[in-house]
Amino acid sequence: MSFEVNGKTYETDEEGYLADLSQWNPEAAEYMAKEDDCDLSEYHWEVINFLREYYEEYQIAPAVRVLTKAIGKKLGKDKGNSKYLYELFPYGPAKQACKYAGLPKPTGCV
Amino acid sequence: MDKAEFETPELKEYTVVPLVQEGSMAHSKPFVAKPEHQEQLGFPGELVDDWKERALDKMGELLGKYRSLQVFLDACVKCGACTDKCHYYLGTADPKNMPVARQDLLRKVYRRYFTLAGRYFPALVGATDLTEAVVEDWYRYYHQCSECRRCSVFCPYGIDTAEITMAGREILDSIGVGQKYSNEIIGKVHRIGNNLGLPEPALADTLEGLEEEVEEDTGVAVKFPLDQEGADVLLVTPSADFFAEPHVDGLIGYGKVFHQAGISWTLSSYASEAANFGIFIGSYEHMQKVAMRIRKAALELGVNRIVVGECGHAWRVAYSFWNTLIGPFDFLDPAYPAPQHICEFTYDLMQRGALKLDKEANDDKVVTFHDSCNVSRASRMGDMPGGQFIIPRALLRASCNHFVDMAPETINENTFCCGGGGGLLTDDLVELRVKGALPRMQALQQVIDENGVTHMAAICAICKSQFTKVLPYYQLGMDMIISVHQLVGDTLVLGDEQ
Repeated sequence: MSFEVNGKTYETDEEGYLADLSQWNPEAAEYMAKEDDCDLSEYHWEVINFLREYYEEYQIAPAVRVLTKAIGKKLGKDKGNSKYLYELFPYGPAKQACKYAGLPKPTGCV
Repeated sequence: MDKAEFETPELKEYTVVPLVQEGSMAHSKPFVAKPEHQEQLGFPGELVDDWKERALDKMGELLGKYRSLQVFLDACVKCGACTDKCHYYLGTADPKNMPVARQDLLRKVYRRYFTLAGRYFPALVGATDLTEAVVEDWYRYYHQCSECRRCSVFCPYGIDTAEITMAGREILDSIGVGQKYSNEIIGKVHRIGNNLGLPEPALADTLEGLEEEVEEDTGVAVKFPLDQEGADVLLVTPSADFFAEPHVDGLIGYGKVFHQAGISWTLSSYASEAANFGIFIGSYEHMQKVAMRIRKAALELGVNRIVVGECGHAWRVAYSFWNTLIGPFDFLDPAYPAPQHICEFTYDLMQRGALKLDKEANDDKVVTFHDSCNVSRASRMGDMPGGQFIIPRALLRASCNHFVDMAPETINENTFCCGGGGGLLTDDLVELRVKGALPRMQALQQVIDENGVTHMAAICAICKSQFTKVLPYYQLGMDMIISVHQLVGDTLVLGDEQ
């Protein structure tokens, strides 16, 4: 599977996650979000950027508590919880936000 | 993402056995494993040319290796006792999800090639040739069984449907048609040590964050030690406990119990997974290889005890199979069960008066308990019959003033699967998962209506993730599902005053 933005082709897996993480760029993220009827706001981008930074360092998406803590620090305590993240990413912050951030889908009993 | 393109079943006042709808789930099948997922486990990368010969060879090998499989294939008398016992049949109405019919997909081929009557008079004994269509049905319907074994409780011959499903999946793997979800995960455990692929630095960072969080919340420095040599207890727990909600609150609960009991413990970055998907695909070899990491870690860390966190099938593997898979455990302290379930561990401390609980902390909740299938029907806890039912409930009653059970035909050994067990907890099967949750949702709705239940506690990572996902389809809050050890941890009085 694949999609195309501005003349560039992006290979994906069956669920639309990027096959090659190094291909990621903000346009690809915008495109994937649009496909899910999701407009990326600056708040979405805070999450996406944190996921990418964390992945860069640890080669894995952050655990939910690591993420909520980081977002709480950046955006205020009232936003440092999974309820807020589910409002941003209704299909589940771990999976949906990872997709837009170009990270592989978390596997396991999650 | 996985948008709903199906109808969520309606919750009725009582269970209705649906009229059959032929082929209603014939479209449901999980993603097929890619060559790299297959080959890392030693399976062919894709469907082999001589699939028919290889499938029959594999079936013959399994029949020779597991006497139980042959008995189960021979013994069924088609009495029908199992037909309305499967949550997937009740939720989907597809007749091939009646356990007997699902088993027959394998049985009819067994009869054709391995029995005298089937070789000479196939039509008389329901024997059929192995064709591509049969293989496709195997792939679809052996991934519509969560290996929960509820049907087996009602089978007068004790036929274990899960073993037939496992054999079906094993044959499929051997011809190159594996399931992506399970096989990708097993490969990650072999490479990295857990289902998530969480490497040591990320695990250490996550645990450090939890220590900060708990200290902020309680003022007490509860530790979550990693790779600590000489600790008394090695805790192995599903990696979802590190990663997801509500699982992580259960992990915090275990940490508080260890802290308050003053027992030194450690997690292992090498054996950072209790789950063992080897059992789901029926592979003894991979089940053993996954489990072996735990023995190795226990020996290297020099612990005296191994405690297993809240994970259903992990406890089945640990309780029922570890001794032959990775035993003997003669290096552990014989004064304690080897292995020991975290619920047994906490219960034992409570019995000895080592923990003080302030139940009122949970007075805002009315709690019920979802028995996990593998714990209920394939293991035990404590030293009394039914301990696996009694002990988790004892922990809940000790930590909640308001506890009620769901209907008796849906709990204890009669429990219904959450709908996501056995390697089916994947988004490509979300329709099956939502429909399969129907019987449990029905029983839950009943105690919500009659008793005002606000939370359902569980002791399995799969159950917790599955309910978080499917509760909203039934107009219920995803945060109703909660870890038993969260409820314990929230009421545990920390500090020195005891």
